[in-house]
Amino acid sequence: MKQVDACGRACPEPVLMTKQALKASPEGVQVLVDNAVAVGNITRFAQNGGYQVEDAVSGEIHTLTIKK
Amino acid sequence: MRFIKQHGLVIGTGLVVGIIAIVLVALGNPANMGFCIACFLRDIAGGVGLHRAEIVQYVRPEILGLVLGALLMSLFGKEFAPKGGSAPLTRFILGFAVMVGALMFLGCPLRMVIRIGGGDLNAVVGLVGFVVGILLGIFFLNKGFTLRRTYNLPALEGYMPSIISIALLLVLAFGASLLFFSTSGPGSMRAPVVAALIAGLVVGALAQRSRLCMVGGIRDAVMFKDGHLLYGFIAIFVAVLLGNLIVGKFNLGFAGQPVAHTDGLWNAMGMVVTGFGSVLLGGCPLRQLILAGSGNTDSGIAVVGMTVGAAFCHNFGLASSVDGPTANGKIAVIICLVVVAAIALINTRKSEA
Repeated sequence: MKQVDACGRACPEPVLMTKQALKASPEGVQVLVDNAVAVGNITRFAQNGGYQVEDAVSGEIHTLTIKK
Repeated sequence: MRFIKQHGLVIGTGLVVGIIAIVLVALGNPANMGFCIACFLRDIAGGVGLHRAEIVQYVRPEILGLVLGALLMSLFGKEFAPKGGSAPLTRFILGFAVMVGALMFLGCPLRMVIRIGGGDLNAVVGLVGFVVGILLGIFFLNKGFTLRRTYNLPALEGYMPSIISIALLLVLAFGASLLFFSTSGPGSMRAPVVAALIAGLVVGALAQRSRLCMVGGIRDAVMFKDGHLLYGFIAIFVAVLLGNLIVGKFNLGFAGQPVAHTDGLWNAMGMVVTGFGSVLLGGCPLRQLILAGSGNTDSGIAVVGMTVGAAFCHNFGLASSVDGPTANGKIAVIICLVVVAAIALINTRKSEA
């Protein structure tokens, strides 16, 4: 699965990177982020688009797996 | 039910902000200025003597409360994270430009909403400019604009905005003779210190939790068809409108509005710069304060830029008054627009994705 590293990016870049990645691979992507704001924003964006989101946390890094 | 679960917090925050704004005016703040990040940072710049415009000098406890409320809530929610290093001086300049635009219009985006809720139609003109500025920012974001990533920093660095706020609060409480206090004009109109501080703390905590952001609402609605933050924006408007109608302060029109001028072109132009700059910063002036309290020193630098910008605005006659904009102010807004556009262009490259 395609992976996007959005750690350290300011609002709204993580969501924008997710949007662009999903456009390129609509079946699903993995996004790495390091703050709760980005987790919330990406989750809301993906769910609005009919995707499901799994959040795996390791230290401060969240790995969001987004798929249909 | 799902709607309430998803959006209840940001809507509730918006309503509380609107109600508190009305209460602060009733307690003594200038009309339609229950909260204004730009005006209050400008007052603080004057309060510590960075400018000598005698009618706008006061260390506003609301601002200090916002930062500390965000700090406490971010610690409580385990979201406090000392981070920074994403183009700090560029953010300083953007903060500076955002302030020049805001003081042309006479208010930050939050006060723009509050003014609209008070019936001030000049602020509707400002809103048009604000949307144009946001669209300009979105154009560059979509083209790949970025100020690059942040990095983890020492804990003390993340606490600095809050330490500075506490220091200013202590000076206000115990060393007031060091500070400047307006005896007339907007700076002399103030809610009691404790009430203003509590108002700031409450709104700071709620805004941290809900991510309320004036620029984020319109930005996300356009970019992602996501109305979430926009509901907060609308909730502030509704609460302020109803509040003003209840206390009999609603006054629809262009002329004679409190701490406002009627020059439509420059009301709009000011907010173009503020909206554009805020999108590049990643959030409105309120959001920058909240992020600063949460440990983000990039936002801390943006706040310093806004404060210094406010001082320049009054030292060089750039800020508008109820009589309208100044010639210097118009030149400054144009220069700031060019500078913000240059920053946007130079930091835009083909996205790697």
